[in-house]
Amino acid sequence: MTLPAAAIETRTNRPAIYDRLSAAELREALRRMHLIRQFEEGAEQAYMRGLIHGTMHLSIGQEASAVGVCAALKPQDKITSTHRGHGHCIGKGADPARMFAEFFGKEDGYCRGRGGSMHIADVAQGNLGANGIVGGGLPIAVGAALAMRQQKRTDVVACFFGDGASNEGAFHEALNMAALWKLGVVFVCENNQYGMSTSTERSMSVSNVADRAAGYNIPARIVDGNSFADVADAAFEAVDRARAGGGPSLVECKTYRIRGHSRSDRNRYRTRDEIEAWSARDPITRFEAELLELGILSGGDVRALREAVDAEIAAGIAFAQNSPPPQVAELLRDVHSD
Amino acid sequence: MDQPVRELSYAQALQEAMAQAMEADDRVFLMGEDIGIYGGAFGVTGDLVERFGAERVIDTPIAELGSAGVAVGAALCGSRPVLEFQFSDFATLAMEQIVNQAAKIRYMLGGAVSVPLVMRFPAGSGTGAAAQHSQSLEAWFAHVPGLKVVQPSTPEDAKGLLLSAIDDPDPVMLFEHKLLYKTKGPVPPEPYRTPIGKALIRRTGRDLTIVATAIMVHRALEAAAILAADGIDAEVIDLRSLRPLDRDTLVDSVSRTTRLLCVYEGVRTLGIGAEISALIAESEAFDRLDAPIGRLGGAECPLPYNPELERAAVPQVPDIVDKARALVRGTV
Repeated sequence: MTLPAAAIETRTNRPAIYDRLSAAELREALRRMHLIRQFEEGAEQAYMRGLIHGTMHLSIGQEASAVGVCAALKPQDKITSTHRGHGHCIGKGADPARMFAEFFGKEDGYCRGRGGSMHIADVAQGNLGANGIVGGGLPIAVGAALAMRQQKRTDVVACFFGDGASNEGAFHEALNMAALWKLGVVFVCENNQYGMSTSTERSMSVSNVADRAAGYNIPARIVDGNSFADVADAAFEAVDRARAGGGPSLVECKTYRIRGHSRSDRNRYRTRDEIEAWSARDPITRFEAELLELGILSGGDVRALREAVDAEIAAGIAFAQNSPPPQVAELLRDVHSD
Repeated sequence: MDQPVRELSYAQALQEAMAQAMEADDRVFLMGEDIGIYGGAFGVTGDLVERFGAERVIDTPIAELGSAGVAVGAALCGSRPVLEFQFSDFATLAMEQIVNQAAKIRYMLGGAVSVPLVMRFPAGSGTGAAAQHSQSLEAWFAHVPGLKVVQPSTPEDAKGLLLSAIDDPDPVMLFEHKLLYKTKGPVPPEPYRTPIGKALIRRTGRDLTIVATAIMVHRALEAAAILAADGIDAEVIDLRSLRPLDRDTLVDSVSRTTRLLCVYEGVRTLGIGAEISALIAESEAFDRLDAPIGRLGGAECPLPYNPELERAAVPQVPDIVDKARALVRGTV
């Protein structure tokens, strides 16, 4: 499969978004993209060494959509996330050490070892949680936005979901209600072109998830999901509209997951050529090159940033390994509030 | 000098609970299909939209899954939704959000959040609405850790349990029986709470414990009056909460009466009666039993339309009388 270039917005000049975000904010965005990549590679290695059990869904190759959207959000804004949610969590400001602790099933994890990769959440930073059910977060995001209105807050809810979720009934019910009630939701579709092994061509009756937004009178944009600037530009427009009371928007980020669906994936449904073509469009390499070319970062800055991320990841894994495990006597804790 | 006791219908009692909760707490709001100007399919929300406005009494599209998810999201972010399902049967469309999300989010997130929502389900047969509008599915929900399930049988408990449910920090499923909506009973005017997880002995007796839910409580009391004329003294327990179950009240009663009959409208197999029977069989009351445990529940078929068939599909007063008599006289 090739990227449907005609459907994607292209740009020729310095992106306007590089003027809206400060140099410090752009540097932080790049740092978070590196942090996501290193976090997932670290988690993958820990899994292969038998330190992490269960399964996980890696978003390697999709870092620009997570960070590009979160760059447009304020700390008090909310997100709902997916089973492929590590990037969203770090994008919204989570501490990788507590994420590693969760993956290791430890008491210092964000969910005290009860949730694991698929339920990672960081409520204090506005991440209402990943979700093991495809489409599960869509109506929840609408409800969160309804609560914001009821409480007379202008906080925005960014709702991450995949191409596969747009085939679920929950997607359609959620978009209809968000549009009907003009709620401040930004629906962010990370279209990585496969629901597990089934391609969008084989599962969707339309070419783009964004095409479905028209059915709910929701404005939509399709962007190159591997370009931080393009994602952030669309995200700012949607977030601004939501905060101003203009209702929901949909941003479709065309992207690709480089790794398999989960740990059991043998990649029998796609070609090596396809994976390599998309690897050449790596969102981190592209963003870093743009920041260097525009003189926003120096080579030394990039080296220092990468070294700091390496150190943070190593410290995070050590923290997780040293964190205490949950007590079996607390198995039933938190089923209820009392 | 005595004030006449104020009576309300079961539906009015529910409405009063919602009105008092909304007056007391700005975070409480109602949502559901046709609950605004229509007043709810069974008239339970009545004129609340005129009193509290369309922002707090929200008509939803016909979208049970989405509405349940909206309630979950709003609850996660500090609001207190009360979601009315038009019929409890339509919960089947929303099970994902109820079972995978509402019930589990607190636990999955290690206690970082709670999901304070109430879902109200008009349930039960007897209205000629046939198989997709007459079910009693409450036991499904009672199987799920993280949910609380209550089933009031009187106007007083309808109000008290709904107010407790709205106060509760966790998701509570309230099953209302459609045939009870118009029944009247005393209801204190002030806000009060009926504790969740507490059964109530509606009639004390020595020979047999009948544990019943919802409309079956009334049928069991009628049966008990008939049995009394026969010299059989039945104790009738209104279960009120399916999860958590009031183990102590059940075990204590059966230990005294030495016989147990469970009466419920949900399908008999794997219904709430199975759990109560097992609970008693595992308890100290087992050694006191003088008869096998009896169960009367819904028939093993979808609910039929024809009124005679419909009546035959769920326990009626004569069924309870016959079964109780057989248990006490040792003819089971």
